[in-house]
Amino acid sequence: MEMSSLLNWVTFLPALGALVLLAIPRTETQLVKSWGLLVSLITFLASIPLFIMFDGNSAAMQFTTQMDWIPAIGASYHVGIDGLSILLYVLTTFIMPLAIFASWNSITERVKEYMIAMLILESAMLGVFISLDLILFYLFWEAMLIPMYLLIGVWGGKRRIYAALKFVVYTMVGSVLMLVAIVFLYILNNTYTGAYSFDLMAIMNLKISFSAQIWLFLAFALAFAIKVPMFPFHTWLPDAHVEAPTAGSVILAGVLLKMGTYGLLRFNLTLFPQAWEYFTPLFLWLGVIGILYGAWVAMVQTDIKKLVAYSSVSHLGFIILGMFAMTVTSMQGGILQMVNHGVSSGALFLAVGMIYERRHTREISEFGGVTRVMPVFSAFFLIICLSSLGLPGTNGFVGEFLILVGSYGNYPVFTIVATVGIIFAAAYLLWMFRRVMFGPLTEKNKSLTDLDGREIAIMIPVILMIFWIGVYPSTFTAKTEKTVEALIEKANKAKAEMVIEGRKPILSDFLGE
Amino acid sequence: MHDFIWIIPLMPLLGAIINGLFGHILKGKAGFIASVAVLISFLYTVRAFFIVMDGTIIHNELFTWIQAGDFTAGAAVLVDQLSIVMMLVVTGVGFLIHVYSNGYMHGDRTVGKFFSYLNLFLFSMLMLVMGDNLLLLYLGWEGVGVCSYLLIGYFYEKESASKAGLKAFLANRVGDFGFAIGIFIIFSTIGTITYAGIEGQVDKLMAAGVVTSAALLLFMGACGKSAQFPLYIWLPDAMEGPTPVSALIHAATMVTAGVYMVARLSFLFVRSDVAMMVIVIIGTFTALFAATMALVNNDIKRVLAYSTISQLGYMFIGVGVGAFAAGVFHLMTHAFFKALLFLGAGAVMHSLADETDIRKMGNLYGKIKITALTFIMAWLAISGIPPFSGFFSKDEILAHAFLYSPLVWVFGAIGAFLTAFYMSRLVFLTFFGESRVEPEVEKHIHENPPVMTIPLMVLAVLSVVGGLIGIPAGLAYLWGGENHFANFLSPVFANAASYSEPHHISHALEYGLMAASILIALGGIYLAYLMYIKKAMDPDAIANRFSGAYKVLSNKYYVDEGVEAGILNPIVRFSQWLWHFVDTRVIDGFVNSAGKIVWLLSLIARRVQTGYVQHYASVMVVGVILILAYYIFR
Repeated sequence: MEMSSLLNWVTFLPALGALVLLAIPRTETQLVKSWGLLVSLITFLASIPLFIMFDGNSAAMQFTTQMDWIPAIGASYHVGIDGLSILLYVLTTFIMPLAIFASWNSITERVKEYMIAMLILESAMLGVFISLDLILFYLFWEAMLIPMYLLIGVWGGKRRIYAALKFVVYTMVGSVLMLVAIVFLYILNNTYTGAYSFDLMAIMNLKISFSAQIWLFLAFALAFAIKVPMFPFHTWLPDAHVEAPTAGSVILAGVLLKMGTYGLLRFNLTLFPQAWEYFTPLFLWLGVIGILYGAWVAMVQTDIKKLVAYSSVSHLGFIILGMFAMTVTSMQGGILQMVNHGVSSGALFLAVGMIYERRHTREISEFGGVTRVMPVFSAFFLIICLSSLGLPGTNGFVGEFLILVGSYGNYPVFTIVATVGIIFAAAYLLWMFRRVMFGPLTEKNKSLTDLDGREIAIMIPVILMIFWIGVYPSTFTAKTEKTVEALIEKANKAKAEMVIEGRKPILSDFLGE
Repeated sequence: MHDFIWIIPLMPLLGAIINGLFGHILKGKAGFIASVAVLISFLYTVRAFFIVMDGTIIHNELFTWIQAGDFTAGAAVLVDQLSIVMMLVVTGVGFLIHVYSNGYMHGDRTVGKFFSYLNLFLFSMLMLVMGDNLLLLYLGWEGVGVCSYLLIGYFYEKESASKAGLKAFLANRVGDFGFAIGIFIIFSTIGTITYAGIEGQVDKLMAAGVVTSAALLLFMGACGKSAQFPLYIWLPDAMEGPTPVSALIHAATMVTAGVYMVARLSFLFVRSDVAMMVIVIIGTFTALFAATMALVNNDIKRVLAYSTISQLGYMFIGVGVGAFAAGVFHLMTHAFFKALLFLGAGAVMHSLADETDIRKMGNLYGKIKITALTFIMAWLAISGIPPFSGFFSKDEILAHAFLYSPLVWVFGAIGAFLTAFYMSRLVFLTFFGESRVEPEVEKHIHENPPVMTIPLMVLAVLSVVGGLIGIPAGLAYLWGGENHFANFLSPVFANAASYSEPHHISHALEYGLMAASILIALGGIYLAYLMYIKKAMDPDAIANRFSGAYKVLSNKYYVDEGVEAGILNPIVRFSQWLWHFVDTRVIDGFVNSAGKIVWLLSLIARRVQTGYVQHYASVMVVGVILILAYYIFR
C-alpha cells in the first residue's frame, strides 16, 4: 500500500470501527469491548510501518495527501507527517489499546457509547497531528473535545459535570480566539497571494508583520497554553483528571496535553517566529514557574490522581523550557519528553486506576503497606515512578537531561531553577510511594489482590517502552532530528531579521541572562 | 577490542533480571545465582587487571547512548589504572558480601528481591566506575542511589526503614542537582562530556572562568553520595537496611563514589585552588564532626556509620590536597576494614537475635571467636596501628595534609585520636568486659556458619596486609622499595601532578609524623581501655559532668531537627498555601466568577435559544460576515 494512503487509513480506521459498532447490539457488551480493542490494536499495528518507513533524514512532510475538501472556501484535505508529529502519532496509537483494555471491567454502563466515543476520539486525535490545513486542524481539534467531554461527563466521578464543563469552557475560550486568528490568516493570505487557502504550507510562506505576529501568536498560544496546561491556565486539569475514568485520564495525560506543546511548535513557531522570539522570556518564566509550582502543589496532595495531575504541570514545564530554549538538543529533548510524559504519566494513571478499582478510593492516607499484598503491582508502579522522576536508564531521564543540558547554554538561570524541579519530582513521587506502598499493611488493604493477567498485559508494553527509550533513545530521536534542525534554522533567520529591526524580547530586562 | 570487558557489568545486570523476574520461584537459589554472577565479573576484572598492568588502557564503545544536536554520550567504557582498582574493590568485596548474604539473609521471605537489588547495585556501581564520560557516571551515580534507596527500605514494613530510604534518595538528589549543573556547565562550555575531551580542554574551561564553579558543583554531588557535610544526614539512618547492604553500599563502595569522581576528574579539580580548598575544608570538618558523634552512640551500626562518614572525610582531605593516589588508597583499605567491621557487626547481631545496642552486649569474645578476632583486626586497621592497612593509607594522607597546611594535619590527628577511641570503645563494650546480654538471648549465642565467617576471614587478611602494597615511599625507601600503589596509579594523575607543586617531604619529618600518629592511636586506645575495661574513669560520670555537650552529641547536634523545622516544614507549608490559596482561591476563584458572569449573561442570551437550526445558522453567518467585513474594510 502507498504510505500516504496508509496514513489516511490508520487515521480513520478507529472512526470506521466506531461506525461498525453502531450495528452491534448494545447488550453484547463483550463483543463491543472486544471490537473496540481489536480496532485500536489494528490501528496501532498498522501505524508501525509508518514509523519504520518514515525517513528521519528528511525534514520534509512525508506521506502527504492533498485534495480539495470544501473548494468554496479553499479548505483542503491536506495531511502529512514530519518529525514533529511522527512520534506523537505513534504514541497515540500505542496508548489507545492500553486505555481501552484498562476500561475492560471498570466501564459497565453504556459500554457501546463508551467505545464509540473512544474510537472517534482516537481518529480526531490522530487527525490533529497530521492536519496541514488550518480548518482541517480546527475541525479535528474541536472534534476531539466532544468525546472527551462525554468521557468525563458521562463516565466520570461524582463532580463530573463541573469538571467536564470546566474542561470544555477552558478549552473553548482558547480555541475561539484561535479560530479568529485562523480566519485572519486566511484573509491575509488572500490579500497577499489572491488565493483562497487555509493551507499551512502556503500560509507559512507569508511575511507577517511583527505587530500582527504578536496578536496572532497570542491567539494561538492561548489555546495551546490552556491545553498544555501552562501555569496559570492549569486548574481545569486536576478536576478533569480526578473526575475522568482511568482511560480518560490516560488519554488526557498521554496525548491531549501534548497537543498544546505540539501546536505551539507546529503553528506558533513556524508561522510567527519573531513573535516566538519576542515571547520567549514570558514562556520561559511560565514554564519554569510551572515546573516548581506543579511539583510543590503535587507534593501536598492527598489524592493520588490529583498528585499525578499536578505532576503533569511540572513535567510539561520542562517541555516548554526545552522548546523555547531553541537549541537542537533542548528541542529534541522537549519532543522526546512529550513522548516520555505520555508513556510515564499515562502509566501512572493506569496504575492509580488499578488500585482505585480495588479500593474505590485514591486517598493516600487510606493506603499503606500495599507492597506486601501486591508485589507485582509494586514493582511496576515503582518503575513507572522512577521513570517519571527521571532516573537514568529510563525514558524520563533522556528527555529531561537533553532539555536541561541543551537549555543551559542559552538560559543558565532558568535551567538551574528548572533543575531544582528534579529534586521535588523525587520528593512528591517517592513520598507518595512510601505512604501508599510501604509501611505496615493496614487492615483495609489486607484483602487486596495482586494484578491479574489483563493488568499485567497492560503494564508490560509500558515498561518495555520506558526502558527502550531510556537505553536506546536513538530509535526515536533519529526520526525527529532533521525536522528540529530545520525548524531552528528557520527561526534563527527570523530572529536575525528581528535584530536588524532592533526589536527586543518582552521582559528581557528581567532576564539577567 | 577487549569486548569481554562488557561481561563485567552485564553479569550482575543479568543476575538482577533473573532474580527480579524469577526470584519468587528460585527462592534459596537466588543467592547462589547472584553470587556466581558477581564471581564471573570478578574473574573477568582480574583478567582486565593484567591487561591494564601491562600498560594497555581498555576503551570500548558499545553504542551511542544519547545523541541530539551537539550532545553525544556513548555507552562506552574506559578501564585504566584507576577504574581497575575500583572494579577490583567493587567486584571483590562485592563478591564476599554476596557470599555472606547467603547466610545472613537465609530464610528471608523475599530473598530473590534482595539479591536482585544487590546485583543491580553492582551493575550500577560498575557503570559508575567504568564509564568513559560524565553521563555514564551520572547513570551509575543515580543507579546506585536507587538501589541504596531500595535496600535501605528493604524492610519496608518498618516505618523507620522506608523513611530512611526516602531520606537517602532525597539528600542524594540535592547533591545530584549540583552534579547535573556541573555537567551542564562543562558541556555548554566545551561541547563534550567525555573524560578525555574534558582533560584536553581544561584550558578552555579555565579561559571561560568556569572551572571553579563546575568543580564545586560536581563536588556538591560528591557531598551527597559520599555523605559529607551538610548532606551526610542520610547515612546514619541508612543503617536501617540489612547489614550486608551497609557493608557493601554504605561503607565499601557506593559512598566512595564521590572520592572516585574527584580522582577521576583530578585534572579538572587541580586547576581550581578554591575548589580544592573547599574539598579540604569540608573533608576535614566532616572527619572531625562525624567522629564526635560516634563517641557517644550506642548502636553498633550507627557508630560504624559515623565512622564511615569520618573516614570519607579523610579520603577527601587526601584528594583535596592533591594526593589523589593516597585518597584512593585509603578508599581501598577502608573498603576492606569497614566492610569487615560491618559484616562483623552483622555477625554479632545475627548471634544476638538482631540486637544492635552495645549496652546490651559485652564479653562476646569467647563465644564468637572468629567474628571477634576478625573484628579486632579491622579495629586495629582503622585505628592506625602499624602494619595494619589503615595505618599506611591514613598516614599517607596526613603527611600530605601536613604539607598542605599543618592545621589540617592537627585536625586530622585529633580525628585519628577520636577514631581510635570510639572504635576501641565499640570493641571493648562489645567483646570484652562483663556480659550485659539479656539472659534469654544469652542462651542462644552461636558462632555463625562458614558462609558468613569465611568472608570475614578473607577481609581480615586483606585488612591486615592490604596496606603493604602502598607503603609510603619514605618508609619503603629504608629497604630500597617504593610505593607500588601510587606508582601504579601515577599515569592517571600525571596531568594533575603537573599542575600541583611537587611536595617534597623530608624523611625526618615523615618519620616524625608517623611516630606521632602511632602515639595518638595508642593514646586513643588507652583512654578507652581506662574507661571501659579498667574502669579507672567512669564514662557516665564524664557524661554527667559535660551533660550539655553530651546531650548535643547524642542528639547529633540537632541537625535532623533543624532540617525538618528550617527547610522541610516551611516548604510543605508554602506548598499548602500555593494549593489552597493560589490554586483554589485565586485562579479558580477567577475562573468560577468568570463562569458566573457568563451564566448571568446567558440568562439574557437564553432568549435567543429558539431551538431552530436556521436561526442559529443565520446568526452565525451574520457574525462571520461582520468579522470578515471588519478586516476587509478597516
